[in-house]
Amino acid sequence: MLKIKNLEVSIDNRVILQNFNLEVKPGEVHAIMGPNGTGKSTLANVIAGREGYDVKGEIIYKGKNIMQMPPEERAREGIFLGFQYPVEIPGVSITNFLKTAVNEIRKHKGLEPMPAAEFLAFLNEKKKIVEMQTTLASRSVNQGFSGGEKKKNEIFQMAVIEPTLAVLDETDSGLDIDALRIVANGINKLKNKDNATIVITHYQRLLDYIIPDFVHVLYKGRIVKTGGKELALELEEKGYDWIKEEMGL
Amino acid sequence: MQDNTDKILNDVTQGDYKWGFVTNIETEVIPKGLTEDIVRLISQKKEEPEFMLEFRIKAYRHWLTLKEPQWAHISYPAIDYQDIIYYAAPKKKAQIDSLNEADPELLATFDKLGIPLNEQKVLAGVAVDAVMDSVSVATTFKATLAEKGIIFCSFSEAVKEFPDLIKKYLGSVVPYTDNYFAALNSAVFSDGSFCYIPKGVRCPIELSTYFRINAANTGQFERTLIVAEEGAYVSYMEGCTAPQRDENQLHAAIVEIVAMDNAEVKYSTVQNWYPGDKEGKGGIYNFVTKRGMCKGFRSKISWTQVETGSAVTWKYPGCILLGDESVGEFYSVAVTNNFQQADTGSKMIHLGKRTKSTIISKGISAGKSNNSYRGLVRMTKNALNARNFTQCDSLLLGDKCGAHTFPYIQVNNKSSKISDDQLFYCNQRGINTEQAIALIVNGYAKEVLNKLPMEFAVEAQKLLSISLEGSVG
Repeated sequence: MLKIKNLEVSIDNRVILQNFNLEVKPGEVHAIMGPNGTGKSTLANVIAGREGYDVKGEIIYKGKNIMQMPPEERAREGIFLGFQYPVEIPGVSITNFLKTAVNEIRKHKGLEPMPAAEFLAFLNEKKKIVEMQTTLASRSVNQGFSGGEKKKNEIFQMAVIEPTLAVLDETDSGLDIDALRIVANGINKLKNKDNATIVITHYQRLLDYIIPDFVHVLYKGRIVKTGGKELALELEEKGYDWIKEEMGL
Repeated sequence: MQDNTDKILNDVTQGDYKWGFVTNIETEVIPKGLTEDIVRLISQKKEEPEFMLEFRIKAYRHWLTLKEPQWAHISYPAIDYQDIIYYAAPKKKAQIDSLNEADPELLATFDKLGIPLNEQKVLAGVAVDAVMDSVSVATTFKATLAEKGIIFCSFSEAVKEFPDLIKKYLGSVVPYTDNYFAALNSAVFSDGSFCYIPKGVRCPIELSTYFRINAANTGQFERTLIVAEEGAYVSYMEGCTAPQRDENQLHAAIVEIVAMDNAEVKYSTVQNWYPGDKEGKGGIYNFVTKRGMCKGFRSKISWTQVETGSAVTWKYPGCILLGDESVGEFYSVAVTNNFQQADTGSKMIHLGKRTKSTIISKGISAGKSNNSYRGLVRMTKNALNARNFTQCDSLLLGDKCGAHTFPYIQVNNKSSKISDDQLFYCNQRGINTEQAIALIVNGYAKEVLNKLPMEFAVEAQKLLSISLEGSVG
């Protein structure tokens, strides 16, 4: 589904990611872990097509090189980014925002816009996945939301948009234990054999709830170690210094 | 797509002016020149009540104290205001109640312009007020509209029949002190249209006024006043053309729009006054003041204009966003060719909280023409969370024409900017940047340009649809 080959990303001649390779297949969950400032968020942004980076290499998604594809098209093709810091958009209700998004994606697929009543029923169904209050959707996108509400809202949007590839950037940060459980449950419910998830995280604790098929350790812009779910536990126990020493970095 | 755009551009810049013919009709004119007596004479000809005469005289006296503005990026020989005839009317036309009594020449003229006034062939779904030179010739569908309490009639008629409404709203958006040409118009205006949509009424058909200059050496000074009461809706359109003449003719109009709580007014215009010949001889000087007042909560006024005519254009339709959450929109395509000059744009004054405005302006210049965008966006201190989006694109065809942009943006509070983060967030959910801006500015996404309502605007509609994205500007 996703193949990243020899990716090199820099900003203002400062290299952030280099010699980065990753392959993700349908049905898989990949965790990308690493200390702060190693390029985790940059990776998420580049997969989603954010401008402002100098990008070399190849990102192949569903067999197509998407390097030149604008972000909205990547989104319509099924790439979803769960933001680390979801932005506030005053004056635009979540319902209206998602209706626009869903209908754009439908248009891209050659489908008619969803009738309003059907859409509202669809939203109500999806709210259950993240135990979202019914009133929240009438509020402006993320405006005045607590940290936990913002992250729940990201997963709610993911549920509505039904992406093929979800990249979740530090979705666990800033969550208390109850919110973490709700968000993780939401992610698990949305998982199926045809979609894939990349979970970017700093801590192991999210992985108590979401069991990854692969764990990759990102350090200084590239993957320095890959393993199964036990690698996350080892990291938690020994800290990132252990990787540095082991890899002779 | 590109071929299509080229064809539209080619048609509009290479085609000849199609509406340059003259109607042979007996015309009553008054002597040339402008004095207080002339102002009195116009008022007398129109059998106006006292308050109108007073308004005109005050405006005239104020006009005498003003100087013609020089700041626009246009140049033209000085206008001799004493060499203009300020009132001309097709004869025979007394008060017409039925179109059957109208002069067949007049009907033929409007037929030729694509505006059939005959009862049998009136444009479906459109009520038309036809104005030739200084007077309204005919208004269609009047009775149908009256059933809903909608008033749509010539300005002269409104002054007599609905003096209270005129007294209340005349000059309330564009006072005669506003500018030089507004003062001139207020002193000598001859006719125009008045629309009044009562509370809660959605006007079921399009309203339209067609202005035609016919007589030589005359100026055209019309006024349009549109009032939409609480919850009312109306879509209104103006079209205009003039014969081909070697002398320049002056056109100085005023349009005022008032929208109360939750009211919506869509105003569209296709301005196609005679632009002068290929050597720059002749053509209309078009100095127009158009303004809307979003007075009520969540009121909305949108301007759509397609400008292809006139030798010189000076015009800045705008909105005063007074009501909280009111919305102003301006969509414009201005095409200049040969020696045409246009200095046009929009003014959006944000006074209310969470007010929103959008300005989209496209300029296309060909030949030796000059096309300038001049716009003002002002966010006052009280306009918390106000939003504006302005986009100006220009296209230059050839190397002897010019495009200029003069934006003035005054923001007195910090809550009103769209960030890259917000745009990317929308992009990431499948919403492209243009739509994202519409969503954030208007609260909903929609087609960027309005549809023009009229059949005679098919050509103009094509112009609106072309995209100049990525061209110079």
